[in-house]
Amino acid sequence: MTATPFVTLLAVLLAAPALPGIATRAKSLLTGRRGAPMLQLYADLAKLARKGAVYSRTTTLVFRVAPVILTAGVLVAAFLLPLDGRTPIFGFTGDLVAFAGLLALGRFALVLAGLDTGSSFEGMGTSREVTVAAFAEPALLLSLTVLVLVTGSLSLGGMLGAPLATAWPAAAPSLVLAGASLFMLLLAENARVPIDDPATHLELTMIHEVIILDHSGPDLALVLYAGAVKFALFGALVVSVLVPRGRFDPWVAGTMLLAGLALIAALVGVIEAVMARLRMDRIPQFLVTAGALAGLAVILLLR
Amino acid sequence: MTRLSDLLLLLVVLADFWVLGTTRLSSTIRAAAFQGALLAALPIALHPGLSIHIIGLGVGTLVVKSIVLPTFLQRAIREASVRREVEPLIGFTASLCLGAVAVALSFAIAQRLPLPESQTALLVPVALATLIVGLIVLTTRSKALTQVVGYLILENGIYVFGLSQAERVPFLVDLGVLLDVFVGVFIMGIVVFHINREFDSLSSAQLTELKD
Repeated sequence: MTATPFVTLLAVLLAAPALPGIATRAKSLLTGRRGAPMLQLYADLAKLARKGAVYSRTTTLVFRVAPVILTAGVLVAAFLLPLDGRTPIFGFTGDLVAFAGLLALGRFALVLAGLDTGSSFEGMGTSREVTVAAFAEPALLLSLTVLVLVTGSLSLGGMLGAPLATAWPAAAPSLVLAGASLFMLLLAENARVPIDDPATHLELTMIHEVIILDHSGPDLALVLYAGAVKFALFGALVVSVLVPRGRFDPWVAGTMLLAGLALIAALVGVIEAVMARLRMDRIPQFLVTAGALAGLAVILLLR
Repeated sequence: MTRLSDLLLLLVVLADFWVLGTTRLSSTIRAAAFQGALLAALPIALHPGLSIHIIGLGVGTLVVKSIVLPTFLQRAIREASVRREVEPLIGFTASLCLGAVAVALSFAIAQRLPLPESQTALLVPVALATLIVGLIVLTTRSKALTQVVGYLILENGIYVFGLSQAERVPFLVDLGVLLDVFVGVFIMGIVVFHINREFDSLSSAQLTELKD
C-alpha cells in the first residue's frame, strides 16, 4: 500500500470547496460580472463553523443528526473511489452499490430533516428532491453497469482503475455515452442548472436550497461541505470514465484528476451561463435521457 | 475505418433521441439535418476506397438531407409561424422511453435476421432503430411539420439499411429513394401550407373534419 491514495483523497477533500467557486466564477465571467472570489466557500465554511446553530422547537433529533449522516456518507463514499487511478482506500466486490447507497443515504437523511422542520415549504422541496432522485438513481446504476460490463469487475477499484485503461479502446463509444450520462447526473445530483439553480432563492424554482433553509451554523457548514465533496465525487467519476488514468504514474494521475475536476467545474459554470433551468415537468425527461444514454451504452456492450 | 463508422452510427441514434426529446420544431429540424450530415459521411467512412459513386452519394445526401430539406422546412415554420409541438399524443418522456425500447428491440432483432455480413455489426440495428423512431414521430406528433420530420427520419433508416447492402444494391436505388423523399416532402409542404391557410392551425387532426 502506497501513500498516493491517501494523499489524493486528502487533496480532493481539501480542493472540493473550490469547485463551486470555479463554477460561479466561470458563470460570472461569461455573463459579464466579476462574481464572488473563487475561494468564497472556504470563507463561508470558516464563518459558519464559528457560529452557533439555531434549532426550531418543532425539530427533533432527526434534524440534528442529518448533516452528520450526510457528511459521513459522502466521505465514506469518497474512500471507495480509486482517486489516484489505481486503488481505492478500501474496496470490495459490489461496492458500486454501496457507493450509490451511501450517496442515497445522505440524501435520505437530508430529506427527513427537511420534513422534520414541519414547514410546508420544505416539504415541497423534499418532494421535488425525491422526484429527481427517483429518476437519477436508476441512471447512475445503469452507468455503473456499463463499467461493470466493460471491465468485468464488480468493485469501483477495478472498474475505474487499471482494467478500464486496457478495455478503453475496444469500448470507447459505450464509455463516452456512460461519461455523458454521468455528467448529466452530476448536474442533477448537485442541484445545478438545468435541473436546479444554486443561485436562486425563489420558492417556485428551488429544489435543493429549500431543504437546507432551516440549517444554520456548523450544520449548514457540514451540508455545504458535503455538497462540495459530492460534486467532486461525481466529477471524479466523469473524469475517471472519460480519461482512464490507470497507465499513468499515481502521482501524475492524481494531478490529472484535480485538473479534470477544475475543468468540469468550469464547464458546469459555462452551462449555467448559456442555459436556463428546465421547467419542473421537463426534469424527468432530462434524467430519462441520461438513463437512455446509459441504456444505449449497455445495449452496445451486450450485443 | 469501422471505428469511425461506428461513431457515426452512434451519433445517428443520438440524433434519434434528440428528435424524440425536443419540443421546439426548429430544433427537431436541426436534429434531422444533423442526422442527414452524418448519413452523408457514412458511405465514405464505410468504403474507404474513394470512388466517384460514393463521393457522389455523399455529396448528394448532404445537399438534399441536410441543406435543402431543412432549409425548406425552416421556411415552412417561419411562414406558418409555429414554434412548438404542443400536444403530442404521447408525451416527450414517454416517447423517449419508447425510443429506448425501440433501440433495444432493434438490437435484439438485428441479431436474428438472416442477413449477409456487412462491414459493421451496428449498421442493421441502427437502421431498424431509426426506422422505428421515425415511425414513432410520424404517428404520435400532431403537427404536420413534425410528421414530415418523422418521415425524413424513417427514410434515413431505410437509407442506412440500404448502406448495409450496398454491394448488392446499386447506389441508383438510394438516389431513387432520395428523389422519393424530396417529392414526398414537397407534397407535405403543400399540404402543410394548405392546412395552415384553411384552418389557421398546423394540426393534422383538423383534416378529419374536411367536408366538400
